[in-house]
Amino acid sequence: MATLKELSHKKELLSGGHRACAGCTEPIAVRQILMATDTPIVVCCPTGCLEVTTTIFPYTAWRMPWIHSAFENAAATISGVETGYKALKKRGKIDKEIKFIAIGGDGGTYDIGFQSLSGAMERGHNILYVCLDNEAYMNTGIQRSSATPKGAHTTTSPAGKVIPGKKTFRKDLSACIAAHNVPYVAQSIPSMWKDLTNKVQKALAVNGPTFINVLVPCRLGWGFPPEKAIDIGREAVNSCFWPLYEVENGEWKLTYKPKEKTPVKDWLKSQVRFKHLFRPENESILQEIQTEVDHNWERLQKLCEFSVGLV
Amino acid sequence: MRVTKTGNEAMAEAMRQINPDVVAAYPITPATEIVQIFANFVADGLVDTEFIAVESEHSAMSACIGACAVGARTMTSTASQGLALMWEMLYIASGLRLPIVLAEVNRSLSSPINIHCDHSDTMGARDAGWIQIFCENAQEAYDSLIQAVRIAEESLLPIMVTTDGFIISHGMETMELIEDKEVKTFIGEYKPKYTVLDIDNPITMGAIDFTDYYFEHKRQTIEAMRNSKEIIAKVNQEFGAKFGRHYEFFEEYKLEDADIAIVVLGSTAGTSKVVIDELRQKGIKAGLLKLRVFRPFPVQEIAQILSRIPCVAVMDRSDSLNASGGPVWTEIRSALYDFNTRPKMINYIYGLGGRNIGLEMLRSVFEDLKNILKTDKIDKQIRYLGVRE
Ligand SMILES: Cc1ncc(C[n+]2csc(CCOP(=O)(O)OP(=O)(O)O)c2C)c(N)n1
Ligand code: SF4
Repeated sequence: MATLKELSHKKELLSGGHRACAGCTEPIAVRQILMATDTPIVVCCPTGCLEVTTTIFPYTAWRMPWIHSAFENAAATISGVETGYKALKKRGKIDKEIKFIAIGGDGGTYDIGFQSLSGAMERGHNILYVCLDNEAYMNTGIQRSSATPKGAHTTTSPAGKVIPGKKTFRKDLSACIAAHNVPYVAQSIPSMWKDLTNKVQKALAVNGPTFINVLVPCRLGWGFPPEKAIDIGREAVNSCFWPLYEVENGEWKLTYKPKEKTPVKDWLKSQVRFKHLFRPENESILQEIQTEVDHNWERLQKLCEFSVGLV
Repeated sequence: MRVTKTGNEAMAEAMRQINPDVVAAYPITPATEIVQIFANFVADGLVDTEFIAVESEHSAMSACIGACAVGARTMTSTASQGLALMWEMLYIASGLRLPIVLAEVNRSLSSPINIHCDHSDTMGARDAGWIQIFCENAQEAYDSLIQAVRIAEESLLPIMVTTDGFIISHGMETMELIEDKEVKTFIGEYKPKYTVLDIDNPITMGAIDFTDYYFEHKRQTIEAMRNSKEIIAKVNQEFGAKFGRHYEFFEEYKLEDADIAIVVLGSTAGTSKVVIDELRQKGIKAGLLKLRVFRPFPVQEIAQILSRIPCVAVMDRSDSLNASGGPVWTEIRSALYDFNTRPKMINYIYGLGGRNIGLEMLRSVFEDLKNILKTDKIDKQIRYLGVRE
């Protein structure tokens, strides 16, 4: 696995000058992902922040082949790209080794794109699907998605006088995809560059469909100062709200264990979207969130323990 | 080679001979067979196509877009709700200028759910930037699908070749097949200008356009549709010269001296010809304009011909639900606007949901036209044929 120094010498495939918000972790994540391999890559994005901020015609931030077709179908589009490549290779029309990555937001992945993602995973295409999970539909102005945490204020789950933000917990998409029995599934975060680049390398080395869910703090939707983006991500991991793990051929493994599990309250406090939870009447919600995080963390550890050697 | 085949078998046979690089498809009645037969060709090694059995028509068109974007010759097949589910992606395929070829079997749209033929699905997609060819029979469908590959690739527009559900798709017909070798030579090799696999010359395909570019890019697609007319004519001509079967944008059947005429698309043309022959024997000057290429719409040519005819019925196998007639009707009426002599015209909506259109019904249409010609009066312009009211 490459060192930071080695990575820093590589050509940046995503240029500067794109229009993402200052402090957005999406481009940071993408740069790390693209650094992780020397094999040429074709990227497909669904509609979302990443797409609209990097491809405003006649400019493009992509120094590599890139395609976008619609919002709910990055997995299906990349399925076609990968299959077309396979067909042309079989007929001797291309001989280069090329890898294929779809990079979608949580909306395009957890919700509207879930069907096409599930289909692509089941069919066994040789692709990596990366979800950049910023926990809401940021591109259309911060609406709730099924990845939005309980209690978060969004424009379609607003914290009002009688409803204190989103009512339900997040969907566990990584586990859903793991249940597709694909060879490699992981969760990561750009705050831990080595964790992310290692996982991308691993995923791309596999022959078959792979999935990495990456938490990407959004300064606009979450409400924090731009310079805090990386720290806030790390805090999500240390509180075990966003555990880093991988599922390799059915074996669950933690890839990072916090030295000290921090209270999730501290992480929530750093973001405007949870501000209302700190009013006295909402204390029970804070408690519920902590209980949920603890429960998930316990369960994940057990899964890791239990699945060793099972495969 | 003379064979007996259904429309679906004919379409699948053309696909076998085309041997596309990629087919991505999802089954729907009455197009299912095309995909099934083709899957068997793949399983038996008769083609070396990469076949993706996707999880929906939306993904079928999305995967076709991906495959076509890498420069793979790409095909699919669908009908009805399937085409409707592709709707969003149809526009993206044409906007990205991807020459995807679709074998479409015309079927009504829900609701109520109905599996039989009308043109609602294809007409629903008429403004999506796809070339549309309506076929009268299996032979025409087979020939058109082979032509479609060249037309799409030369015009850089996607194309759908349609047959009428069950009537053609499941009806047996004797037809003429072209030798595999000759199909291969006719379609040639696909050499795309740009592909997303060109690592050394990377392109960004599907970028976002703001107000400063969107209009220009749309304008280019519009121009491509305009230019496709020449390409369609050229490919038709070459095809006719090679294989002896000629197809124009439309077919004029006994129109030359006609007093009364009907305009139809698809399988109804065959039935109409029988009725016209009957009427001609009785000395009645009846004729038919069979519209084959609906997109691009051959506006000038059609208007030129119809303007000479005193009385015309436009037959629509779908309704626009605009309370003022079917889609073919409005286009033909608009085409004729600039002519000083215009026919008296009526519109028939017929055959929705597979309602049979027989000789008797078509005879009644000509009877109506005769009356209009005689009395010079039209009491009802939009009419519904064969419906209980
Ligand atoms: C069919 C369809 N529905 C809705 C939209 C509008 N839309 C575009 S991007 C987007 C949200 C994107 O959110 P997400 O996938 O989470 O990515 P983010 O922008 O947050 O990174 C929505 C709702 C669309 N483009 N297409
Ligand atoms: S809204 Fe959020 S995700 Fe979108 S560009 Fe800004 S910071 Fe990034």
